[in-house]
Amino acid sequence: MSLELKNVEKKVGIETHIYSTNLKLEKNTINVLLGSTLAGKTTLMQIMAGLDKPTSGEIWFNDENVTGKEVQKRNCSMVYQQFINYPNFTVFENIASPLKITGVKPQEIKERVGKVAELLKLSAMLNKKPDELSGGQQQRTALARALVKDSDLILLDEPLANLDFKLREELREELPKLFEDRDCIVVYATTEPLDALMIGGNTATLLDGRIIQYGETLKVYNKPENLTSAKVFSDPPMNIAEISKSGDMFKLKDYSVQWKSNIKIKDGDYIIGIRPHNITTYKEGNNSVEINGKVLISELSGSESLIHFTSGKLNWVSLSNGVQQKNIGENTKLFMNVDEFLYFDKNNRLVTNG
Amino acid sequence: MNKTYNQKAWFFVIPVFVLVAFNAVVPLMTVVNYSFQETFGSNVFAWEGTRWFKQILHSERFHASLGRQFIFTFIILLIQLPLGIAIALTMPKKGWGVPVCLILMSMPLLIPWNVVGAMWNIFALPDIGFLGNSLNSLGFDYNFTQQSGDAWFTTILMDVWHWTSLVVLLSYAGLNSIQPAYYQAAEIDGASRWDIFRYIELPKMKKVLTLAILLRFMDSFMIYTEPFVLTGGGPGNATNFLSLDLVKMALGQFDLGPAAAMSLIYFLIVLLICWVFYSLMMKNEGRT
Repeated sequence: MSLELKNVEKKVGIETHIYSTNLKLEKNTINVLLGSTLAGKTTLMQIMAGLDKPTSGEIWFNDENVTGKEVQKRNCSMVYQQFINYPNFTVFENIASPLKITGVKPQEIKERVGKVAELLKLSAMLNKKPDELSGGQQQRTALARALVKDSDLILLDEPLANLDFKLREELREELPKLFEDRDCIVVYATTEPLDALMIGGNTATLLDGRIIQYGETLKVYNKPENLTSAKVFSDPPMNIAEISKSGDMFKLKDYSVQWKSNIKIKDGDYIIGIRPHNITTYKEGNNSVEINGKVLISELSGSESLIHFTSGKLNWVSLSNGVQQKNIGENTKLFMNVDEFLYFDKNNRLVTNG
Repeated sequence: MNKTYNQKAWFFVIPVFVLVAFNAVVPLMTVVNYSFQETFGSNVFAWEGTRWFKQILHSERFHASLGRQFIFTFIILLIQLPLGIAIALTMPKKGWGVPVCLILMSMPLLIPWNVVGAMWNIFALPDIGFLGNSLNSLGFDYNFTQQSGDAWFTTILMDVWHWTSLVVLLSYAGLNSIQPAYYQAAEIDGASRWDIFRYIELPKMKKVLTLAILLRFMDSFMIYTEPFVLTGGGPGNATNFLSLDLVKMALGQFDLGPAAAMSLIYFLIVLLICWVFYSLMMKNEGRT
């Protein structure tokens, strides 16, 4: 089982929503589409589902060209950001709806709905209507509807975006487990890098209608092919600075932070990307370098502290563990973990990841 | 705790009290006053108790016009609701067609009621009216001033023309508030067009349709101006609906007592039906 997009392109009027895209998704994988709003995630999913036709290019499922095939005739299911359920059906009827349409026997429907409901902790609510449920439960019902069907392709379009923080965490943990023993391809669209990391599987980074990189999630995270992919896959935003290298000395171009490293790249100018958690108020790793800055904003989240500071001509973002109290305007000393720097060349391509 | 008393707020409420009093309470109480008494003018009243009510409730004339009224309203709802929903479903959802359709739909609603009556009267005249003349040229024996069937047909057609737009606009608003994701989700489920209508659009339109039914029921049950201008209740009593009959009794025959009793019964019927209908529709609405 595989889903393949071949040179798929989508234009609406004179605007291009998806630039020519090639992507092959394999059986039993969870694939995250990661990108900001309007990156083309939803369009891509609608093309995969058959809800929308590509302007050009082909979609292949297994070894069949399904480009023009109607969505009703494909075996896929989709969960949306909004909680979409039949308003006047009970939870049971909602979950059963895709089975009823395909003519499954009542006894089997009951069994399958019961199983899925248990998996999603809905057993106690089967007789309630969607508007009597909390947002989390409504979304669980929508998920159950998608899961009950044994689809070949399950599409999740930012399913957690409308949930409050706690419910989101809870459901995000459960999601990968739900798809563990399923014979299907899962596609999960999100704007949050953290979602991708927690769900694992594969990740495609998207920007402005283009897939920047596709591969195993951790690989994409640790070894982004280029600066764009690294930026998309970083939250809070990645720190970017120009440096020059000569011998084993590295130097920030507009500020005199310098460090030694024995990574083997040619002398010359580079761009480095530093994820915020690699700049901390304490030393981390074997190889760290000091940076002095003036605090712009300091945000505490309880377990982490986000400190924005300015150093030289650049603004930096750092993320440290624990509560690190800093006052605005305070001069402070932070440490950058040199081993975790990402080095890009002038064309923004990754040279080495430290 | 010391409460602060500020009586100034009364000044903001008093105008509303005065308005409502003159607008609703005083006229209604006048009618109540008439309904229990006999009057011969010059402010001379004689107590009659419930006599007028008994008379009206046993009057065949009242039964007949009430019956006509129920049949008329029933037919109106039966035609206008499905037709209104059907038109709303076919209206475009975006593009230049939206304002065009909305304006076209609003036009009949903007025309004064007696103008509608006069328009249709001339339109339907069997000799010179476009509708009447055409029907007769096509071989139909059509004359709404003399044949009661034709009078009903014309009155209903006029009301459908005048008021279906209201149902269309309400349904259209209800349909537009459904997120596109609902349609997509149903398509993915494999739902047919009918399933989508039955299980998504209709439930989502429930509230606006309740409103549409209430408004159309009240308006058609109290219809006066248009049939007054079009047929005047005729031929004979064929289209003599409740409000036409009421006006005839009150101002034509100057039977103020029975007319007052009749208008109170009329008012209570409308109120009762609206209340029962609304309670039934909203029974299962839960917390929303």
